[in-house]
Amino acid sequence: MCEHCGCDSATGGAADRAGGHSETRHSAHDHDHPHPHPPGHPHEHADRVAAAPDPAAGAETRRVAVEADILAANAAAAVDIRRQLAERGVTAFNLMSSPGSGKTRLLEATLDRLRGRVGCAVITGDVRTDHDARRLAGRGAPVRQIETMNACHLSAVQIAEALPHVLAPDTRLLFIENVGNLVCPATFDLGEHVKVALLSVVEGEDKPVKYPAMFTVAGVVVLTKIDLAGAAEWDRAAALRAVQTVRPGAVVFEVSAKTGEGMDAWIGYLERVAG
Amino acid sequence: MHELSIAETILEQALRVAAQERAAAIARVRVRVGDLSGVDPDALKFAFPIAARGTVAEGAALEAIRVPFEVACRRCGAWSRPEPWVPACAACGSQEVDTVAGRELRIESLDLCDRRG
Repeated sequence: MCEHCGCDSATGGAADRAGGHSETRHSAHDHDHPHPHPPGHPHEHADRVAAAPDPAAGAETRRVAVEADILAANAAAAVDIRRQLAERGVTAFNLMSSPGSGKTRLLEATLDRLRGRVGCAVITGDVRTDHDARRLAGRGAPVRQIETMNACHLSAVQIAEALPHVLAPDTRLLFIENVGNLVCPATFDLGEHVKVALLSVVEGEDKPVKYPAMFTVAGVVVLTKIDLAGAAEWDRAAALRAVQTVRPGAVVFEVSAKTGEGMDAWIGYLERVAG
Repeated sequence: MHELSIAETILEQALRVAAQERAAAIARVRVRVGDLSGVDPDALKFAFPIAARGTVAEGAALEAIRVPFEVACRRCGAWSRPEPWVPACAACGSQEVDTVAGRELRIESLDLCDRRG
């Protein structure tokens, strides 16, 4: 008997004998059941999405268990990056936000402030152009531009290729400026140590709950363009609540890279990380 | 919308397994997609046949099994399914929770054909 729902799967077909449930057997009822339940409870039975008709229906098929992480190649590259950075004593930050939140502006101000004191390096990604690399050049840190062409995010393989071009013996901090996109970059580990989500006050306080994927993985959230808070009628308390809803315990900085307000706390944090 | 690149990654792994198994064709690819994986199952099912065209996986069905977000509470010990991306215990409301399910993005199994049907 099926331990999950009590159906008689012992008499099932090939799928059941292979350890799974056949779709026809379970399509008639919903598998939701009251929680809590003990650890180790399997979840594979939940919410099957209706499958397309099997083109090989009638042909003999055999089931092969794979059990592989789909992003394994990216994860392996990320692990290797993290190892390389650890050997060199470099801490890496993955800056993510929607386009226009001020990632490049924050990095400009950050590089200017850390110049001559903390060795920095930058890898910046955009769909097209090297505008950001040009803006960030000449501030004392090696910069490498990645043009993704079609891709909506950076991948660890791209970072691994760019890494030798920016790391110097004195590098302590690596900033990776991701493609401006509030959804996709959250899925891809770049070998960073800290994911940083930026949100500018003109975007609205509720972005963290509207686009939670990005904020839920961010250990640090930087609220930018606070010099525009009055004009944007920014509700600071609501924004902080929204951040804590999807990412309890996130460290939050509130800055204006333009006026310098709040930059001391952000720079102080980076200096402590750099050691 | 990176589901096409995810579909290509699934295809690569599926083709590798099919080659190792000396299969003639892949009839079905079963994947587990967590609600917090950042991947939309419907977009993935749309993208997979495009990626699979011209390979032994052409015509294969992609079955995407959704895995709901689930947390274990460190306060009261309950396991619960909160709203996706809102990590709070559904029983006691505490935010001191550990994610136990919902981030997966895994290939579970393949159904292979040893001769073309």
